[in-house]
Amino acid sequence: MLTALIALGILAALIGLVLGYAAIRFHVDSDPVVDQIDALLPQTQCGQCTYAGCRPYAEAIAAGEADINQCPPGGEATIQALADLLGKDPKPLNPEHGEHSEKTVVVIDEQLCIGCTLCIQACPVDAIVGAAKQMHTVIRNECTGCNLCIPPCPVECIHVVPLQPTIANWVWPMPADQAPLKARHG
Amino acid sequence: MEFKTYSSPHLPASDSVPAMMQRVLLALLPGTAYICCIFGWGSLINILLASLSALAAEAIVLMLRKRPVTTLLDGSALLTGVLLALALPPLVPWWIPVIGSLFAIVIAKQLYGGLGYNPFNPAMAGYVVLLISFPLELSLWPVPGAGLSLSDTLVHVFGAGLSADQTLDTLTMATPMDDIKMRLGLSQTLSEMRDSSLFGSFAGAQWEWINLWFMIGGLWLLQMRVIQWQIPAGMLGGLALIAFVFYAINPDIYTSPLFQLFSGAAMLGAFFIATDPVSACTTPRGRLYYGMGIGLLTYLIRTWGGYPEGIAFAVLLMNMAAPTIDHYTRPRVFGHK
Amino acid sequence: MVDSATSFRRPASVSFDHLETFHGGLKLTGHRELTAARPILPAGVPPLLTIPLQQHIGTAAECLVQPGDAVYKGQLIARQVGKISAAVHASSSGTVIAVEERPVPHPSGLRAPCIVLETDGLDRYRDTRPAALDYTRMPADELCDHIRGAGIVGLGGAGFPTHVKLGCSTDGIEMLLINAVECEPYIACDNRLMQERAAEVIEGVRVLQHAVRPQNCIIAIEDGMPEAETALRTVLAANNETGITITRVPEIYPSGGERQLIKILTGREVPSQGFPADIGIICQNVGTAAAVYNAVIRQQPLLSRIVTVTGEGVLRPQNFETLVGTPVSHLIACAGGYTQDVERLLIGGPMMGYAVSDDHIPVTKTMNCILAVTRKEMPAPPPAQPCIRCGKCTEVCPAELLPQQLYWYAHSNNLDAAQDYSLFDCIECGCCAYVCPSHIPLVQYYRHAKAEIWAREKRTLASDLARQRHEARLSRLDRIKQEREARMARKKQALTGDDGSSELKKATIQAALERVKRKKELAATAPKNVDNLTAEQQQLIAAADKRRQQKNKDNSTG
Repeated sequence: MLTALIALGILAALIGLVLGYAAIRFHVDSDPVVDQIDALLPQTQCGQCTYAGCRPYAEAIAAGEADINQCPPGGEATIQALADLLGKDPKPLNPEHGEHSEKTVVVIDEQLCIGCTLCIQACPVDAIVGAAKQMHTVIRNECTGCNLCIPPCPVECIHVVPLQPTIANWVWPMPADQAPLKARHG
Repeated sequence: MEFKTYSSPHLPASDSVPAMMQRVLLALLPGTAYICCIFGWGSLINILLASLSALAAEAIVLMLRKRPVTTLLDGSALLTGVLLALALPPLVPWWIPVIGSLFAIVIAKQLYGGLGYNPFNPAMAGYVVLLISFPLELSLWPVPGAGLSLSDTLVHVFGAGLSADQTLDTLTMATPMDDIKMRLGLSQTLSEMRDSSLFGSFAGAQWEWINLWFMIGGLWLLQMRVIQWQIPAGMLGGLALIAFVFYAINPDIYTSPLFQLFSGAAMLGAFFIATDPVSACTTPRGRLYYGMGIGLLTYLIRTWGGYPEGIAFAVLLMNMAAPTIDHYTRPRVFGHK
Repeated sequence: MVDSATSFRRPASVSFDHLETFHGGLKLTGHRELTAARPILPAGVPPLLTIPLQQHIGTAAECLVQPGDAVYKGQLIARQVGKISAAVHASSSGTVIAVEERPVPHPSGLRAPCIVLETDGLDRYRDTRPAALDYTRMPADELCDHIRGAGIVGLGGAGFPTHVKLGCSTDGIEMLLINAVECEPYIACDNRLMQERAAEVIEGVRVLQHAVRPQNCIIAIEDGMPEAETALRTVLAANNETGITITRVPEIYPSGGERQLIKILTGREVPSQGFPADIGIICQNVGTAAAVYNAVIRQQPLLSRIVTVTGEGVLRPQNFETLVGTPVSHLIACAGGYTQDVERLLIGGPMMGYAVSDDHIPVTKTMNCILAVTRKEMPAPPPAQPCIRCGKCTEVCPAELLPQQLYWYAHSNNLDAAQDYSLFDCIECGCCAYVCPSHIPLVQYYRHAKAEIWAREKRTLASDLARQRHEARLSRLDRIKQEREARMARKKQALTGDDGSSELKKATIQAALERVKRKKELAATAPKNVDNLTAEQQQLIAAADKRRQQKNKDNSTG
């Protein structure tokens, strides 16, 4: 009995030493997990996750303070990717934070704009061009659809516009058994 | 005018799964017919019992899974039942093929997700469960040509007992392979056994013909392109190769490659069992290695293992290895180095 | 670009009798009887032509006309944008009635910008055509430029701008390959082209030879087109032509694929991410050669093409010489209209073509076939069964992929693994789906996976850019804050650290006050950038002023 215990103990110690050595000697440097999480987030910077942007949310996830299902613009794809990265179980999007919808952009109605720059100050990616008392306009390609510019506008001249599918960004649907593909009219 | 839209290609499909299964069943006919001829009604009853239980099991599970029950018309459950039945001795009690089919369909196939998702060959999984659980029943093969009448067979199979002049001893005997293994264990040599009634022209008595008929059916399947050559060639080649090596070392203790190829379930295994596409490898080179692995393991189990016939275990073991073999035998893509 | 140590070299005099094979492929019944013997008929000038601005790979052309403009046949109506682009010409004379989005031939059924032309029925050019170019004396790049100006794109189906492909010939091309292997069933347009206009085809090939200056020139033609081959050989024999060789290839689908054809003829494989030019070969479709003939000899830009209208869903299958922009419905009418049980309308062949839901789409430069089929001809596909891993797809794949693995990964949305298994080497020929006993629509899975991967890459780029902008903004705000603090600190120090020299303080305050006064004066005067205004701008300013006044009035009264 005693010999067995001693033998096992020595074995355990030896194997532990080998593993410890291997952990240090063969350690692979990888990105800090915050950067990896941030790389998976859609960078809309909308704040729907209750954090002030995607980076703070990534930091909160890494610190274990936030769950992975709080990002509506990222939707299920982002939740799945985060789950894969962190080895957690994917869960459905938390409805408290909003619903996932197709990407939208905003457009400023130039008839109403008064040039107050409040929306420019609100935009997290500087997608609005303009200056005080000058016409403001949204650079469509840079707009992430976060809608943070809409509340500050005093004349309510900013409207949400859904992105129309074009031939360039149309995606073949995944086959759903062999029912006829839905006819799509532009 | 609005037209229906479908995905390309639009030409009508050239083949279907039920058609393939039908061809396999057709190819099994010569061997099956011969087995029934020499072993009597028992085989037919086995096939009936196994097929019906397989189909019933599949129907029930499909209903439980809320899938369309018409799926079982693709013939895969039927084929599993038939193959299992062909592996069983013809005079087994009725509950043997039933249990075997139930296990094969419910556990080895449907529990994994149904057709296309099972990692193990269902028929072999069912057979192995029977072999390990009921070793005695599965080792009793009838005397070839015994010609038991239908009513006697039914009586025996459904367990009402045997008539006085027919005991298990007179009815059954070991297969040639079984017997040879036992005698080799008693240090007899093959040359001493040559004259016994065990041997036919080039392999075990009657069994050589069974294998021959299955081989013919298998070659027809190959020609119809239902199966590809890599698995049968790999398995028979591997079996013959290792048998040849040992036969060359000592022909008295080790049976010849020809014997190995035409005894037991070698041909049935090579053309019908190992080629089950769902559980086998998928890459061409992988299939070759897979077949060779089965052949090798079969020989090992036959010669040194605890069972006279090793194909079922060999197939299951190689099923386990199939994904790894696939991973390492990816073919080179056109335009790549 | 061409590695001389490993490139293919064959002296021009050797005949190409020894052919290699490519892996896989299928033997398909031709269904060519329907149209192979029907001569090319003109489809005529329809009342309306809808000409898409993008009928090629690359950037869409830029429209040069407006509604109301009168155009002549052959007039440039949209110019190419950037290098990989093509010009678009008016296929007939008439008036532009709209420049807007219209349904175009595409599996999505979506719209794209088009120029809509109402024809006047006269179908005339502005002037008589100039004389044929003497291409034998033209330098290659000038010839390429002329081809570019004619808006010629690959007529085999892909629509790659021809001048770009020819322009790869700077490093010495070993072989010019003319692809006359029409391997898809039903299609007969190239077949008829060669039978009826063999001389034009050969002359077009000669023009291409001058543009490319290859060591060898081969026309590859399929086994099942003996009349076309005879026609070509007759022309070559009549001219005692030795620079062009005709090679017959076996009738295996998809031998007409560029890479597969090159493998058959030379045994060499085009590198996966590369082009045939990388191994010294330029491949052009035989229809493109005929278009080049028209551009150089007849001085006509690419205005029309031959379209096969076939299938048992039309009354009289036929080949038509069709103006670009002709509605498909017009062609169907030319072919006698639909039959009773027509069910599907396919653009392209039955293997790679796509189904469309209605026929109000125009014929484009790359449309080679319109297939109207009945249910009997092409029954609805049975429901897909699970994959039984039979491996038939692997046997027939010409790209030597593992379609089964690609299916499993695409199906489970494991896009990274699909890419790892060379998803983008798939040429979408459809051989795998054709042989699949479980009737799985494999090609659709691959198309979906490819599109998802591209969309994902776009999203990643967009989000990376958004992150950069966000971080730049944060750092800018940070910097402003720091500067302000530094200024405040300096000011504070200047005010508090000052011991009694109120002169300096007064002077600083005075200077600041004067700055503010001057600024106010300037702001009170007329606003800036008001010189050299156009009438339109003045109008806009007046309108804005009026609106502002109105709003001020509303605010003060309301």
